[in-house]
Amino acid sequence: MPDRELTFAEAIREALAEEMRRDPRVFILGEDVAEAGTPFKVLSGLFEEFGKDRVIDTPISEPGFSGIGVGAAMTGMRPVVDIMFGDFLGLVMDQVANQAAKVHYMSGGKLRVPMVFRTTMGATRRSAAQHSQSLHAWVSHIPGLKVAIPSTPYDAKGLMKTAIRDENPVVFFEDKMMYKLKGIVPTDEYTIPFGVADIKRAGDDITLVATSSMVQVALGAAEMLKEIGIRAEVIDPRTTLPLDKHTLVESAKKTSRAIVIDEGYEQYGVTAEIASVIADGAFYYLDAPVKRMGALDVPVPFSPVLEDLTVPTEQSVFEMAKMLCGK
Amino acid sequence: MTDHIDLEQSLHMYQQMAKIRAFEEQVNELYKGAKMPGLAHLYTGEEAVAVGVCEALQRDDYITSTHRGHGHCLAKGARVDRMFAELLGKEAGYCRGKGGSMHIADPDSGNLGANAIVGGSAGIATGAAMSAKMRGSGQVAVCFFGDGAMNQGLLYEVMNMAQLWKLPVIYVCENNLYNEYTHNNETTAGELSARARAFGMCAEIVDGQDVHAVYVAMQRLVERARRGQGPAFLQCDTYRYYGHHVGDINRAYYRSKEEELEWRTNRDPLKILGNWLIGNSLTDQSVLERIEADVNAEVESGVAFALDAPYPDVSEVDEDVYA
Repeated sequence: MPDRELTFAEAIREALAEEMRRDPRVFILGEDVAEAGTPFKVLSGLFEEFGKDRVIDTPISEPGFSGIGVGAAMTGMRPVVDIMFGDFLGLVMDQVANQAAKVHYMSGGKLRVPMVFRTTMGATRRSAAQHSQSLHAWVSHIPGLKVAIPSTPYDAKGLMKTAIRDENPVVFFEDKMMYKLKGIVPTDEYTIPFGVADIKRAGDDITLVATSSMVQVALGAAEMLKEIGIRAEVIDPRTTLPLDKHTLVESAKKTSRAIVIDEGYEQYGVTAEIASVIADGAFYYLDAPVKRMGALDVPVPFSPVLEDLTVPTEQSVFEMAKMLCGK
Repeated sequence: MTDHIDLEQSLHMYQQMAKIRAFEEQVNELYKGAKMPGLAHLYTGEEAVAVGVCEALQRDDYITSTHRGHGHCLAKGARVDRMFAELLGKEAGYCRGKGGSMHIADPDSGNLGANAIVGGSAGIATGAAMSAKMRGSGQVAVCFFGDGAMNQGLLYEVMNMAQLWKLPVIYVCENNLYNEYTHNNETTAGELSARARAFGMCAEIVDGQDVHAVYVAMQRLVERARRGQGPAFLQCDTYRYYGHHVGDINRAYYRSKEEELEWRTNRDPLKILGNWLIGNSLTDQSVLERIEADVNAEVESGVAFALDAPYPDVSEVDEDVYA
């Protein structure tokens, strides 16, 4: 199949455009999604192709338009609701957690909510504490939701198409820092199933489980580790809900050591869940405790010298892996 | 009372109100007899609102409901027996026992679900209206909520969008004066309907104890919504005879027995309609008594059905998390 390079943002846009062409029920709802194409320009061009009835600018009313998305999804449409910054999930949590996530179960399976909440995550953009958080653990806590957290343009496109076709509410996190990341994306149609982790790099000395932008960090660390003779395996779960426990456990069994790297806060975070899954499933194979590396448990500071301290880096992952491997 | 509603329709509305009344009295008994788990928020006294509103709707029009939602579900066409089954957590219930009193949903009758978050369904109703408009289906959506929800921000966010986008949604405020245990003069500044008018929205106030008044106003608002003239707000002034929930027995600290008696005696929706029918020589007492006897029988057999019905199999606990 012919391949070409797309940026992460282009891959998302292409997925949305293809799904909107395929299914007239799909529409986009959110702040500055139409002519502006969002502040990150991820949606540029969709308004021109699909018009104001399918790419709909809303007032700055996140709970309101999120709820409207839920109601539209329940009655035959397939909305993609754009929450500009993941931090704004704080505003819409009732609609996400109490409404969207519970409708199917509470109705005994009679109603369903096929919709996507697209939102962002990621620090190191000098955006300070209310525009930098990675809150995917919040929503991964709630039964009834699905949570996608892609790390490459290829995954972003395939997972977005799956998210739109899913019969359930999906929260889709895009790291702001990755929008310009380039990668191979086939021109042929493909989707990526949820709950299937991807081995981004094979190795047998240590498992680095990494999510979203931390996959690039882990791959960089793996390159550094290779220099000192440590072969790291990098696993990307791609969706935190459902979580591919099998692949995580099998990798840890093979390598006997694991570090979980994620950009959400470390306390009570995604790293805790994954570390627990590995500890539970691979306990007798492990040569060391599973280590966790998340964001520093502080509101993300503005000052560049402080902000850069809050997220795991290639160097910090390298150091942790080296220590864990006894080198 | 208006006089251009025919007798058959009036008797149907009387029957619907009587059914809700009998249903809620039975819920009260089930709860007091410890046969019903959880909470029960009774609709008794407010029957004319649900019935007047739903009488103006078609079966495939949407409603969203509240934690005090039994009346809305019945008025929209839910069956008594399956409602009781849901209240008792039985497999035969509308949500197979997973929703309970506060979450009854019945897509077959357009009921998108009761909601235990005050004001929580405002987005859903507005989204259903948006979907209806996008699909060109001609359906309207009704969002039921109480005066307590008038202080939730979500409501104003979606009213703004509904008015901007001319969505076919009608916001029905059941003003029963109390936000749980607090009179709304302690919680709510200004006039309720003025808040809707601030958006340029068509807003009306009706006597929520007069089912004809509710129906006539609602018919008008539904027609204009179907014509593409946009949303509306209907304030129905009403009263709940019982407490916030069935356990709210000692209410003297927030409202008087005299006030309760006044509404029950002189403002009762069944009496108002019954007196009008008899006063205009359209029917006689025996017809109304037969209607009441019929709904009482339906409610009794519905309760018996639900009490006998099996609970869900334990294997169902993790079913339906995902579609």
